[in-house]
Amino acid sequence: MMNSLRTANAGAVEARALTVVRGERTVLRGLGFTVGPGRITGLLGPSGCGKSTLMRAVVGTQAGVTGTLDVLGHPAGHPSLRPRVGYVTQAPSVYTDLTVRQNLDYFAAVLRPGRRNRDSREEAVTRAIGDVDLTSHADALAGRLSGGQLSRVSLAVALLGTPELLVLDEPTVGLDPVLRRDLWNLFHALAADRGTTILVSSHVMDEAERCHRLLLMREGGILADDTPEALRARTGAATVEEAFLHLVDEAAAEAAADPAEAAARQETNR
Amino acid sequence: MSTDAPALSPARTLATAGRVLRQLRHDPRTVALLLIVPVVMITLLRYVFDADAGTFDAIGASLLGIFPLITMFLVTSIATLRERTSGTLERLLAMPLGKGDLIAGYALAFGAVAVAQSLLATAMSVWVLGLDVVGSPWLLLLVALLDALLGTALGLFVSAFANSEFQAVQFMPAVIFPQLLLCGLFTPRDRMHPVLETVSDVLPMSYAVDGMNQVLTHTGITADFYRDVLVVAGSALLVLCLGAATLRRRTT
Repeated sequence: MMNSLRTANAGAVEARALTVVRGERTVLRGLGFTVGPGRITGLLGPSGCGKSTLMRAVVGTQAGVTGTLDVLGHPAGHPSLRPRVGYVTQAPSVYTDLTVRQNLDYFAAVLRPGRRNRDSREEAVTRAIGDVDLTSHADALAGRLSGGQLSRVSLAVALLGTPELLVLDEPTVGLDPVLRRDLWNLFHALAADRGTTILVSSHVMDEAERCHRLLLMREGGILADDTPEALRARTGAATVEEAFLHLVDEAAAEAAADPAEAAARQETNR
Repeated sequence: MSTDAPALSPARTLATAGRVLRQLRHDPRTVALLLIVPVVMITLLRYVFDADAGTFDAIGASLLGIFPLITMFLVTSIATLRERTSGTLERLLAMPLGKGDLIAGYALAFGAVAVAQSLLATAMSVWVLGLDVVGSPWLLLLVALLDALLGTALGLFVSAFANSEFQAVQFMPAVIFPQLLLCGLFTPRDRMHPVLETVSDVLPMSYAVDGMNQVLTHTGITADFYRDVLVVAGSALLVLCLGAATLRRRTT
């Protein structure tokens, strides 16, 4: 059964019966979803619902994964995916004792090593710094930057290799509205111009409106998988936030009434 | 994991070593401490044994081997712990970087620092403080370098078991002190309790100190010196491999 599903659809990310166990806790419970190529898919839900774990599973750094999880046609974490997938963790993972440019130079050298790639590396570094609007801070020590600037350095690292899939864990946390808008414009430009598939998590619901498709998560399960418009229409809500709250209340009420039936409904709701 | 990338890519290893050195360059105080403290200590030792040049020779040569081991142990355990806790390790392992590239990069960078450190300390000891070496000072340097690699390897390995800098620093007395007591620095190993002598036979620092003493007292390269060098290099390599095993691409 798994095999027929695996080749049925050419999604950038394909999950079937995806379960993640961390220690004693089951963090993701039998998820199934598809992330369409060249689209921005938003992963939304309250903190602790399993968003980060799901993203770590997609990039292949999460242990304890069972079920099927295919990324760009390979099992998640396959070595051939490493240059093709960009990943930005929630906490900025850069070297604070290097300058912005030195950070990017190093990660670029990991992606495209060797002297013959020096020029293309230089180009990629300059472009990535420009993409996140840090050109004027290129030679500043990362440790001296503000929190928002530091998370943009982290994002720039992920943009370096022109990845086909970009996995962004809360990339806009702590940024001011202008920067958030600029970054979302960048995400849309990446999807439209470079055909990049973007899987982005957020708990800011107004950002949900800017995604092509949404995966609403709650307690390790998927509550809804739809476009923002369809979600609003289905629930009769004016905003995605309202729609989400509506679905959460609905699920909670059902769980209170009949836990078994609620679980079954969550299965069919996708 | 069997699906891991090939162990070594020279370009990525060099890039990693360059990055580690660049990080150090932004921290001149650490560099100064790394280079100057051994020189000061060996000078101190010289005048502690002011009336007893023979003791200075024996202990001084041993210390030239022990300094790089201890400093590189500390520096590496903290540096890799930072790499683990800051998320950069996770990021690197999600990129096309082999574990071997990372480890060899660190070994190369800190090995270079160790060469500079040992050059200074050895030059000071031999030419200024009058350390009486029968063999070639270059062989002292070689052993010092291997000791530094052993320190780097041990530091990398124990950093996997530390969750904080506090814990990492505490591994110093736990891992290094027993070797220091048993390596023959304080009393010849064959005069220890037989059980301790046996234990000291399997601790790499014993061979590091013995190697230094071989150079100190012999003009040529002795068979014992070969053994010492091989044991220290082999231990370093073994612990580096153990360290590589602690770098997991997938974590919980």
